[in-house]
Amino acid sequence: MLLLAFDTATPAVTAAVHDGTQVLAEAHQVDARRHGELLLPSIDRVLREAGVDKHALTGIAVGVGPGPYTGLRVGLVTAATLGHALGLPVHGVCTLDAIAHQAEVAGPFTVATDARRKEVYWASYDADKRRTAGPDVAKAAELTPEPVAVGAGALLYPESFPQVTGPEHVSAGWLADYAAQELRAGRELLPNVPLYLRRPDAQVPAGYKAVLPA
Amino acid sequence: MADEPLVLGIETSCDETGVGIVRGTTLLADAVASSVNDHARFGGVVPEIASRAHLEAMVPTIQRALDTAGIKGSDLDGIAVTAGPGLAGALLVGVSAAKAYAWALDKPLYGVNHLASHICVDQLEHGRLPQPTMALLVSGGHSSLLLSADITTDIRPLGATIDDAAGEAFDKIARVLGLGFPGGPVVDRMARDGDPKAIRFPRGLSGPKDPEYDFSFSGLKTAVARWVEGKRRAGETVPVADVAASFQEAVTDVLTRKAVKACKDNGVDHLMIGGGVAANSRLREMAQQRCDKAGIVLRVPRPGLCTDNGAMVAALGSEMVWRDRAPSSFDLSADSSLPVTEVSVPHTDLHAAAHEALR
Ligand SMILES: [Zn+2]
Repeated sequence: MLLLAFDTATPAVTAAVHDGTQVLAEAHQVDARRHGELLLPSIDRVLREAGVDKHALTGIAVGVGPGPYTGLRVGLVTAATLGHALGLPVHGVCTLDAIAHQAEVAGPFTVATDARRKEVYWASYDADKRRTAGPDVAKAAELTPEPVAVGAGALLYPESFPQVTGPEHVSAGWLADYAAQELRAGRELLPNVPLYLRRPDAQVPAGYKAVLPA
Repeated sequence: MADEPLVLGIETSCDETGVGIVRGTTLLADAVASSVNDHARFGGVVPEIASRAHLEAMVPTIQRALDTAGIKGSDLDGIAVTAGPGLAGALLVGVSAAKAYAWALDKPLYGVNHLASHICVDQLEHGRLPQPTMALLVSGGHSSLLLSADITTDIRPLGATIDDAAGEAFDKIARVLGLGFPGGPVVDRMARDGDPKAIRFPRGLSGPKDPEYDFSFSGLKTAVARWVEGKRRAGETVPVADVAASFQEAVTDVLTRKAVKACKDNGVDHLMIGGGVAANSRLREMAQQRCDKAGIVLRVPRPGLCTDNGAMVAALGSEMVWRDRAPSSFDLSADSSLPVTEVSVPHTDLHAAAHEALR
């Protein structure tokens, strides 16, 4: 197994190469506004560092969110196009599951990332890191999370998440590790389709506005 | 010619996901997936809906173009993509896809200007552009007069709209008349049964002291709306066909008069008209008459190539390869307000530039 993994659903632009048992190389930059510029150079760099030819890859693992849409789509369209051009399967991973996989928490916990507009993308997990609720999007103030929380979304709202531990953002190395674990166990991953969780912002304009004074 | 560059072009600046394949000036494939119907009930393009549709359509549209052209990705000499101007989120989907495709296939990447592509597409219809070429670009997003000495490096803006784009005016008038979205095709159709001289609507920026090559359609739009509302208030039926024809006449009169004047003033004997509004039948007809009279050769691509598509991007990309222009780097970004003077976005990597110079 030789996986190329990346995620653009959080402010981090992260890419990694994983051989099925360990991470061979990883790149991680936090810049919420430059996913589009940073991703492909990061992918190129981790393959070089790992000494892996792209034609030797066996699959792509990509974080399918939830996350802010514009950045999220950079990862998904990159995965879809690379998969198409290199003839590789694309395995989708819920970004919150990848963060949960990395978290070091003894009991049940909630992962929360920033969804802007005072909201968070969240999911809850039991002590064995099985997802028990979510993924969903909600106002932080309206949530009843588990006692411990993980992620940058939790750090933003201390009133809702009094006890927060790392990591803040997703790591492609851990995302790849999660994907490798699931693939080894023969479990299906997600399709390469974004978890938007919200309908597009669009309003039908209210009729035609008259120009003559009433 | 088999040795001319084979290039795939990706266009996602608005609501059309376009993938075209071109060899030199020969069109091999022009696959387009449009989300226009998803926007219709909003009366305009909704950026988030467009971006979602681009993501879904990207790979299937690439595959469709490759199948139509009967080639494999590995046969290509380069990948071109619209880097701007356009809707930021929509552009980013295409730019990301193009980078991934070029990188996976080890092909050079060319980030190009959407407006330059609208001009270059005419090469697929009428052969290589003369130098210089005067271009009138009219669509829902742009209305400009451009003088190009070299379509891959040198485009000079002579004038542009100071308010609404021409296509936007068509959309707004269609709305006033209750004809739906998009407005261009339906106004054109209604106008065929109307009298273009029925109502004398104002010609924007046509006074002796007005800027000679700039356009304004906002005053015209208001004048039409006032006229229609006046009729409605008086309880009279609105002569929809006459209003459509008279409005269309005002728009095409200003566009063609200024374009022909720009040609004469600059000693250019060719006029190219592109963009979605170039599909308008009255604009084509009036431009032909006025160009004939002035001894100017008119070049207008067929309507399918005037609207946004991937073939126009591929056409410019192919010309870039043919003229040995510098490719873009993999940190290419989408630029929603890329100026028309920047025909392409060459790589900024100094090492690569030095390497290129040593070749
Ligand atoms: Zn356009």
